[in-house]
Amino acid sequence: MNKKIHETQTRIVFTKFQRRKLKEVLIEKFFLLNGLLAIVILLGIFSLLFIKSFPAIRELGWKSFFGSTVWNPNSYTTPQYGILSLILSTLMVTLGALFIAVPLGVACAAFLSEVASPRIREVLKPVVEILAGIPSVVVGFLGIVLLNPLIAKVFVISNGLNALNGAILLAIMSLPTIISLSEDALRAVPNTYKEGSLALGANPWHTLIHVSLPSALSGIIASIMLGMGRAIGETMTVLMATGNAPALTFNFLEAVQTMTATIAIELGEVPYNTTHYYALFVIGLVLFAMTFVVNLVSDIILQKYQEVER
Amino acid sequence: MRKSLSERIGFFLLTLAGILVLFILGVILLDIFSKGIKTISWEFLTQPPREGMTKGGISPAILGTFVVSLITVIFAVPLGMFAAIYLHEYARPGKMTRLIRLSIRNLSGVPSIVYGLFGVALFVQMLKFGTSILSSGLTLGLLTLPWTITACEEALKTVPQSYREGAFALGATKWYAIRTNVLPYAVPGMLTGVILGLSRAAGETAPILFTGAAFFLPHLPRSLFDQFMALPYHLYILATQHQAIEKVRPIAYGTALVLLGLIFLLNLSAVWIRYRYRQRMRG
Repeated sequence: MNKKIHETQTRIVFTKFQRRKLKEVLIEKFFLLNGLLAIVILLGIFSLLFIKSFPAIRELGWKSFFGSTVWNPNSYTTPQYGILSLILSTLMVTLGALFIAVPLGVACAAFLSEVASPRIREVLKPVVEILAGIPSVVVGFLGIVLLNPLIAKVFVISNGLNALNGAILLAIMSLPTIISLSEDALRAVPNTYKEGSLALGANPWHTLIHVSLPSALSGIIASIMLGMGRAIGETMTVLMATGNAPALTFNFLEAVQTMTATIAIELGEVPYNTTHYYALFVIGLVLFAMTFVVNLVSDIILQKYQEVER
Repeated sequence: MRKSLSERIGFFLLTLAGILVLFILGVILLDIFSKGIKTISWEFLTQPPREGMTKGGISPAILGTFVVSLITVIFAVPLGMFAAIYLHEYARPGKMTRLIRLSIRNLSGVPSIVYGLFGVALFVQMLKFGTSILSSGLTLGLLTLPWTITACEEALKTVPQSYREGAFALGATKWYAIRTNVLPYAVPGMLTGVILGLSRAAGETAPILFTGAAFFLPHLPRSLFDQFMALPYHLYILATQHQAIEKVRPIAYGTALVLLGLIFLLNLSAVWIRYRYRQRMRG
């Protein structure tokens, strides 16, 4: 009799425990679902871009996009959808931006980590953060009101809205990424490396050039790739500052039209579900693929570099 | 120790780089502030535009940015917080977790205009929300999600492991331990991250270009399915599309200053919360 009571009690406790456990499992599954969301969204973006660009690719074929440099979808007789000149403009402005931002950004990072006193660092670090927080539309606005007349004056041309203007603005936009990540990389260089170099009689400058920078190189390259990814995808600054003429040019003083700017200008004007509309999604898909690859490469470099550090 | 010539020149150049970055920010802020402040008045902040944008204020744009940001927060914060709780408290190291982290990092690198395209395809067209506050808010919510997840996870990392172990030792289940001994200490840190994410979302233009922002509306939006005016879009239009560009330049400068001021205020409040929170954790 006594034993039986004990048994039932155990059973009740057990079911209570089970119920509690079930609740815990359900809660964990709920959080797991939210965790999976990131994958779902990334796949969702890719598949929706693909679905929306498919009608245009089916109608026109890949060749009319990647085999031509003429982007003229509004032509009444023969609309043309060649995106090579758009890709080229994007690359031109991006590389121009990196040409300015990489030396400046890495030098600033080296200044922050090797030269600046703690007090100066405390001033400059927030400066970099504030710079990162300035919206792209404000930077683009300054491209119009400040850089535009300046470039026109310096190069004696009528209009300062060109690839150079866009490149300078994009350099400013990607500087914070390059500075803060390069500085992290330089800081991660073990002190023993520097001390060893200094002990051998090298001065701090040689130590920086021959020891610290080479050891931090993978991190610095990753930061440059991330800055590049930002520059490729940046919309408002190039939309406002590069003049928007979809033409094939290698001249930095001429107006260009990037991929992002093309989408921004034309998506608002075309009716939904037309060939032109779908063609803009093709540009979006290519843009997505480009930034995806750039980000992935920078990610792989960073992961490798962290593994080596450990 | 005597400094060699190469060292002097090298370090001088590095210092120059630092000064140049400071100079760039200085020029940007000074130009916007000195020219924008002339336009700022009580009327500018509280009145709608008049006479084709050449007179009056920008209150509908301020309000629009505020409302859209609210939708963004309501959408992104719970999702981001839950995902961060999963990643930091539940996830075991493995392929799946690595894949999730990779996706988050990649999402934060997706160009904002691509989010705009996605928003048009999904919210405007497929879900039939139309060009509206809701579509824009959700698009911006997706854009801020990776930042929110990262920020919330950082906040969870600051809660000492012993807080969790203490609860477990007293027989608490995992969720109970998280609810009572982890989240209360992580919330201020999460709040800081959320506000920083919000300040970036408030300045974004590309994702709202086609999902709901309008150049001018005769009346304020009445529901979530109405179009809206927004500060960054307003600035874009005034700077590039207006027929009397030189005439509206002061208003453009004023709008830029209000936008920067708003972002500055948000950042400042985030820094303040972080400061208060650190003091409390120490005390």
